[in-house]
Amino acid sequence: MNWWNELLANPAISEKLPEATLETLGMVAFASFWTALVGLPLGLVLHATGKGGTRPVPVLYVVLSALVNIGRAIPFIILIILLIPVTRAVVGTPLGWQAAVLPLAVGAVPFYARLVETSAREVAPGKIEAALMVGASRLRMTGGVIVREALPSLIAGFTVTVIALVGYSAMAGAVGGGGLGFLAITYGYQRFDASVMFAAVIVILAIVFLIQFLGDRAARLVDHR
Amino acid sequence: MITLQDLRKVYQTRSGEVVALDGISLEIPQGQIHGIVGQSGAGKSTLIRCLTALERPTTGSVIVDGAEVSALSEALLRQARRRIGMVFQHVNLFEARTAAANIAYPLAIAGVPRAQRAIRVQELLDLVGLGDRGDAYPAQLSGGQKQRVGIARALATEPAVLLCDEPTSALDSTTTRQILRLIRDVRDRLGITVVIITHETSVVREVCDAATLLADGRIVESGPLADVVTRPGSPLSQALVPVPDVGVGDQRALVQVSAGGAQAQIAHALHAIATEPDAHVVAGSIETLGGVRVGRWHLDVADGDRVAVLSRLRAAGLAIEDDAA
Repeated sequence: MNWWNELLANPAISEKLPEATLETLGMVAFASFWTALVGLPLGLVLHATGKGGTRPVPVLYVVLSALVNIGRAIPFIILIILLIPVTRAVVGTPLGWQAAVLPLAVGAVPFYARLVETSAREVAPGKIEAALMVGASRLRMTGGVIVREALPSLIAGFTVTVIALVGYSAMAGAVGGGGLGFLAITYGYQRFDASVMFAAVIVILAIVFLIQFLGDRAARLVDHR
Repeated sequence: MITLQDLRKVYQTRSGEVVALDGISLEIPQGQIHGIVGQSGAGKSTLIRCLTALERPTTGSVIVDGAEVSALSEALLRQARRRIGMVFQHVNLFEARTAAANIAYPLAIAGVPRAQRAIRVQELLDLVGLGDRGDAYPAQLSGGQKQRVGIARALATEPAVLLCDEPTSALDSTTTRQILRLIRDVRDRLGITVVIITHETSVVREVCDAATLLADGRIVESGPLADVVTRPGSPLSQALVPVPDVGVGDQRALVQVSAGGAQAQIAHALHAIATEPDAHVVAGSIETLGGVRVGRWHLDVADGDRVAVLSRLRAAGLAIEDDAA
């Protein structure tokens, strides 16, 4: 267990790694929360206003769709920099993991909204008609039928999004957000301490595997098909 | 109960206008099981979508249970739809909900309190013969059981009208018969008006009191089965009681004759055909439709004798439907 003692003797690992892990988890958790909160309704609005939706509004759809495409097209690292003034205005500072939550959410919302739209489109139109035929309003039908019927797929999409957020969080870390990505880059790339980098990568891997495992479990739990 | 007045539905497509319904006027009285038959593309689906106001007619009106559904505002339409039950070909059950929860959904939408909902759901499950399968998810049910749940869901809010869009087209023949029996049973018990859209004439034979034949968006023929089947030359009757086409030799003609009414008239017709020396039966069928006996036969007649044979048969009360020669 010599190598293990050696790892623990490295303060970057014994002190900074747990801290960085918490920062990453914080960034991802809060950004995921906001992504679900905004991305889910946005995706449902895209579905409803699009061609063949329950309330087609071509103009609104085209505008929202364009915004979503732009949001997804801008490389994330550039998005963070573009958003610095906004982050400073909203959070008070562009630095720290709390500040990174904003650009992370802004980057993930369009991604998840598109996945939500696709999931909603997979709900058979007949089920939607069946709900409308018993007198359900569009809003109640959307919650009670589209979201419920698409839930396994919505959860799977959310899992993909959260994992993407873990990746994004490493980039956010590189520009002052802290977290595991920041740790791996400063020690591994700038100080040539490969063991810290490997340790950070292993923790990131563990986080990703855990998210995927939980996501699969949750999706299976609500899937009655 | 249902009144259609000069209903027209025109779709604008890139290649011009498509007239799906072209002046449909129809009256369906309360408690009737009315079949709407026709080839695919005849306008059946458009018609049922207009009845539910899932589509608005281009012109004309649709009145269901006293409400002109073709002219209602969205909020009023939601109210009116609770008086219309809909059964779909592909059932369209909510797969994330149990059978009981599927049936409870319309009740929840209608604002029925939870405790009452549970009682009503159990009544409906019993009505469709699935009293013990309430906890099953649709994926755990057979095709026939799913359609039973679909019917129970459609009946949940005690509608005045049950619209069935090809309710048995995805089912095997035994299950089809059970589902049709259930629909008739429901009508007998609840006095509900039923419209069945189908391309299967056997469905009409089995369960309907009246029928309408659609072709190219128009009504070809409509009426109670008892009237239709005794109407000589009736295209609907020919569709309902089909006789296989058969080839005949040179110098021979194939003649289609029919008779309808009481059993005595059928017996008389059979006797006339059997004793006719210059004609013999190559195919035929006798059925009971709408409480009326109806027979249809293809006769093989020598060309030279045709006129004499046909006049003798006509005198015996047979209708000459289709004189192939």
